[in-house]
Amino acid sequence: MIPLWMYLVVAAGLFVIGMFGVLSRRNAIAILMGIELMLNAVNVNLVAFWRYQTPTKLSGQAFAAFVFAVAAAEAAVGLALIIGIYRRKRSVIADDVNLLKW
Amino acid sequence: MFTVPSLSDLNLAATLPATLLALGASVLLVLDLFVPKGRKALTAWLALAVLGVSLIVALLSLGDVVDLGTGEGAFFGLYIADSFTDAVSVIVLVTAMLGVAVAYNYLERTGMQRGEYYVLLLFSALGAMLMGAAGDLVTVFVALELLSIPLYILSGFRWRDEGSEESALKYFILGAFASGFLVYGIALIYGATGTTAFGGIWAATRDLLAADAATKYVLLLGAGMVLAGLGFKVAAVPFHMWTPDVYQGAPTSVVAYMSVAAKVGGFAALVRVLAWGLPDFVLSGQSAAAWQSTVWLIAALTMILGNVVAVAQNNLKRLLAYSSIAHAGYILIAVAAMGTAGVANEAARAVVIYLMAYAFTNVGAFAVIVAVERDDGGHTDIDNVRGLAKEQPVLAASMAVFMLSLAGVPLTAGFVGKWFVFKAGLAADLVPVTVIGVLTSAISAYYYLRVIWFMYFEEGEGKAQIAWPLAWGISVAAIGTLILGFFPYLLSDMARGIALAFGG
Repeated sequence: MIPLWMYLVVAAGLFVIGMFGVLSRRNAIAILMGIELMLNAVNVNLVAFWRYQTPTKLSGQAFAAFVFAVAAAEAAVGLALIIGIYRRKRSVIADDVNLLKW
Repeated sequence: MFTVPSLSDLNLAATLPATLLALGASVLLVLDLFVPKGRKALTAWLALAVLGVSLIVALLSLGDVVDLGTGEGAFFGLYIADSFTDAVSVIVLVTAMLGVAVAYNYLERTGMQRGEYYVLLLFSALGAMLMGAAGDLVTVFVALELLSIPLYILSGFRWRDEGSEESALKYFILGAFASGFLVYGIALIYGATGTTAFGGIWAATRDLLAADAATKYVLLLGAGMVLAGLGFKVAAVPFHMWTPDVYQGAPTSVVAYMSVAAKVGGFAALVRVLAWGLPDFVLSGQSAAAWQSTVWLIAALTMILGNVVAVAQNNLKRLLAYSSIAHAGYILIAVAAMGTAGVANEAARAVVIYLMAYAFTNVGAFAVIVAVERDDGGHTDIDNVRGLAKEQPVLAASMAVFMLSLAGVPLTAGFVGKWFVFKAGLAADLVPVTVIGVLTSAISAYYYLRVIWFMYFEEGEGKAQIAWPLAWGISVAAIGTLILGFFPYLLSDMARGIALAFGG
């Protein structure tokens, strides 16, 4: 059987790639994709931990389902906000919507 | 493998304040469709009624002294009904009621009057309540999202305005990024302990430390990531960047509500996770919990940065944003104090007391800005309150009360909150960070008093528009701030029952 740590490494890799996407991409849609990648990394983690640590209790799997649902809700709100900005600016580049400074 | 739970196993009665709010918000969402456009006052009233009923139910059980060990769990421990839950519910519901009162007239005159505003506000209040009631990391995560997602939408509620739209996008991106960290941390905690229930985590931590397994570093990493995710919600320093921009861009009535609700929710969850799940997570060679030093370092940075940068602000909304960062720092002193064995209950009480005081004061302060603000969203600079005392003596007096309370002057609620927080810090031997707290409050007096100076001693045409729901909200907040300041035992009585018995 594939050892647990391999799953964890994949998950950590996905998480870091997602994080890199959020921090480096200028396109708001790509940033959103990065966030989704981070949440999916969590799902890999949760399901792997569930399978290897507590296969008799369903809490890990159930949690992964919650993460799906929340990720969907987040994507819906995020895309709506991005569309709102696109309608005004004809652009989804995060730098173009920078009225307020950090 | 499964047995279908019966309804009585769920212990619905214990969750009554939250269940009523959830039902009310869902019904209101549908009802609002039948409220004609010009008569959204009805929706606002219904929202107030829902919050009021829920508040009464929460108040009825407030006096009960129930500790976590015997506290009634509901939904198989996902929801905990104890004194802490009730206190958090009361704070959130009071904030939400003030939030509705502050919003109604403002939405009307800025052309944003839509029923969804109140529904979203109810849902986010529910999220904040559930964070206080969480008995499980699943609840923390779902409640955090229930709190945050409506707030993202509300920040963008003035959708014709670029600033509001941008603040919503910025809040959303950074918020979702932070919840990614939170949930990754939760997954690691689950991996290290094999459970997501706080009681189970607490028990597993002991075994983990006794066995001296390397897994404890997984737990440490998980706790750190959870701290980062919740630190974002409460605007603690390395994760505070969104605060000034979002507060400045979002509609002021939203900020009045969100500045308090997001903080209450975040701190409630922090208290639950740290004081209940991980209090005994002590690495070898240390006397306090592993997270304590990190938390007090964050507290110190938060207080210093928030207070120092606030001095340079000229926009009132930005000034209060940095002030709210600073206040997160004060509360974090109490959170750090929870890491010392024996001080945890006192510190958790201090957190609740501070949040209650902060709720009245901060909603009130933003409500005054709502009154001063023009219909186009401008006119929120400190110059715009020049001479306000001549034009609007009562409004200026209320603002003075709020500023004094935020500065922590005796006989205001803010002083009582600071007193308990600093006391908890000293009880836990966190002397350096408490001293930083006292010193930075002295700095904060400068910028709060500056606002009072501008209102009373500068010439100008300070104008404000006050309609009665707003006036009502401001008066309640001001009177509340003073009453809690004059009678501190009201606060300590409210928090008296809070005892986070470890384990459970």
